[in-house]
Amino acid sequence: MKIHEYQARDLLAQFGVPVPAGTVVDTPEKAAVAFVELGAPVAVVKAQVHAGGRGKGGGVKLVRSAEEAGEVAKTILSKPLVTPQTGPEGVPVHKLLVAAGVDIAKEYYLGMAVDRANNCPVLIASSEGGVEIEQVAKDNPDAIVREPISPTVGLQGYQARKVAFRLGFKGKQISQAAKIMTQLCKLFIDTDASLAEINPLVVTPPDAENPDGRVLAIDAKINFDDNALYRHADIQALADPAEEDASEIKAREHGLSYIKLDGSIGCLVNGAGLAMATMDLVKLHGAEPANFLDVGGSATEEAVTEAFRIILGDAKVKGVLVNIFGGIMKCDIIARAIVNAAKQIGFKVPLVVRLEGTNVEAAREILKEAQGGLTTMQVGTDLTDAAKKITAAVAA
Amino acid sequence: MSILVDGNTKVICQGITGSAGAFHTKGCLEYGTNMVGGVTPNKGGQKDANGLPIFDTCDAAVRATAANATMIFVPPPFAADAVLEAADAGITLIVCITEGIPVIDMMRVKQDLALRNAKRKDNPIRLVGPNCPGVITPGTPGPKGQGCKIGIMPGYIHMPAPEAPAKKAIGIISRSGTLTYEAVWQCSQRGIGQTTCVGIGGDPVRGMNFIDCVELFNADPQTDGILLIGEIGGTDEEEAADYIRDNVKKPVAAFIAGRTAPPGRRMGHAGAIISGGEGTAESKIDALRKAGCQVADSPADLGAAMAKGLGV
Repeated sequence: MKIHEYQARDLLAQFGVPVPAGTVVDTPEKAAVAFVELGAPVAVVKAQVHAGGRGKGGGVKLVRSAEEAGEVAKTILSKPLVTPQTGPEGVPVHKLLVAAGVDIAKEYYLGMAVDRANNCPVLIASSEGGVEIEQVAKDNPDAIVREPISPTVGLQGYQARKVAFRLGFKGKQISQAAKIMTQLCKLFIDTDASLAEINPLVVTPPDAENPDGRVLAIDAKINFDDNALYRHADIQALADPAEEDASEIKAREHGLSYIKLDGSIGCLVNGAGLAMATMDLVKLHGAEPANFLDVGGSATEEAVTEAFRIILGDAKVKGVLVNIFGGIMKCDIIARAIVNAAKQIGFKVPLVVRLEGTNVEAAREILKEAQGGLTTMQVGTDLTDAAKKITAAVAA
Repeated sequence: MSILVDGNTKVICQGITGSAGAFHTKGCLEYGTNMVGGVTPNKGGQKDANGLPIFDTCDAAVRATAANATMIFVPPPFAADAVLEAADAGITLIVCITEGIPVIDMMRVKQDLALRNAKRKDNPIRLVGPNCPGVITPGTPGPKGQGCKIGIMPGYIHMPAPEAPAKKAIGIISRSGTLTYEAVWQCSQRGIGQTTCVGIGGDPVRGMNFIDCVELFNADPQTDGILLIGEIGGTDEEEAADYIRDNVKKPVAAFIAGRTAPPGRRMGHAGAIISGGEGTAESKIDALRKAGCQVADSPADLGAAMAKGLGV
């Protein structure tokens, strides 16, 4: 699960990580008021969307007056934000963060992630902040420090100090940076995060009170482990349905795992691996999959009928490929759902059905009897045959 | 021969009174698995629908039945605890079917099992899964069939190694459930038997990995070849490719699901996600090809790729 930047900042602050003052607003008028209340000479207006690359899309702007804050807010809120991660249609912007501008002496990157190779959390830090860590990993891998963390005892003091010194923090910055690392790690483990990034983490120029400057988190991104949400009602409450595809939400309500894609062949499959492999198969035969859909092992006839409704509700879908290898999922349930979908929704587009496994004979009987209502249906004898038939039918 | 399980394996089911646990205990019994009991706290002393004894704890179950393997259907919030309970009771093969366990719980389980195994040289505790279909050594179905099915896979699609018309048998290792059935089916249709099939699961942090299973299959004289089914996410396939290149002479075929998966999206399985440029299908396919594996481009060619490797 993803959350917005302003929510991530709030969480960091709750865990004692210093962040610059900021306010969340949803109108240009409120943005202007927020600027005045912040009392800083410069503020940053930032579009609150889950997609990254906001700066490149014009979703992050510096402002120097209340009027300017209002104007910039109006512009950003008025149209969908297109970033390198959103696709050409962009995403609507409903909320803005107005944050106090901060003078920056140096930028760093600090993140917590799951180290799959070592089966533990890992602290990732870099003295090259403000750019994507993937880019640093490519261009200057030596600038990245990786510190594996024990999942039982968490980040130890010596580890935080080691990373802080290696990153080149000086004097009083060391204890500030080490504390931020410790708290970021605590946040990561306590909230069951799957990713927690501060980018950039900055050092401000020295002033009278802070001869070594202050260490602050400027931007934050936190994702959570979906499997652990059951024990974090507070995190669940941070979800923003407006950021999700409506059909994906509907699918989840029916226990279906569905991801919308851009192609024309709708896929209905049981099992995540087979569902991915079916998408690959469609592509291999020259077409593009319209979706990933795993109905799961214990879906009911109703849920599978709903799956057809979701697939056929996608205007781009020009054909549907059903690929089932029955294990716990029984093929006759799928066959009945196909008959239901034909009655309730109707298959105006070509449908190719490939069934194998548990109760396949019963399923074939059901489909044979219902043939009259399934005029666009063909049976795929195996995977390749099914793929050829659906791509040919859609091309015709 | 086979790996991990055979007709002598004594199996209990943790969560035997839940709907999934009860359903699949029956399925395993019907296949001929030597099921000896089950565990559900506070239901000790009762019997399940098949007449198997139920115990309150794994400890009690192992003392009474000498079980050496377990099949876990405990719900996600309690599954990590169930794995450690089994390990503590002395069970050496823990098959966790449960999907949806928080990743930090599995990290802690892995750390605990590593500590336990550091003190056990010869007979390590092995965890298969979670979020997996289980392990099967195919045998003729029935009580004297010498097969062992621990999990949710349909037994009848498998071809027991001694009965294989092609006189060849393979080991299968997979991160996916139904895609494994597809692979098994295609191999069985070609007369290629299976010594053992291991579903290692779709989670990012799991018990046995590709390398652990490849090592066992490589050492098993009855296993003629290995079929490896991976998917996007992580770098386990790349690491397995390095191991295969350096250590395995037997033919290895492979398939990687998710070439068309968009980056940053979790494709059903918790572990199936391309993130930070890591975990792409291309990287895995490339590594496996360089290690000399037959990599199928289409999921329809899993059996064909294996047959080519075996020369049948």
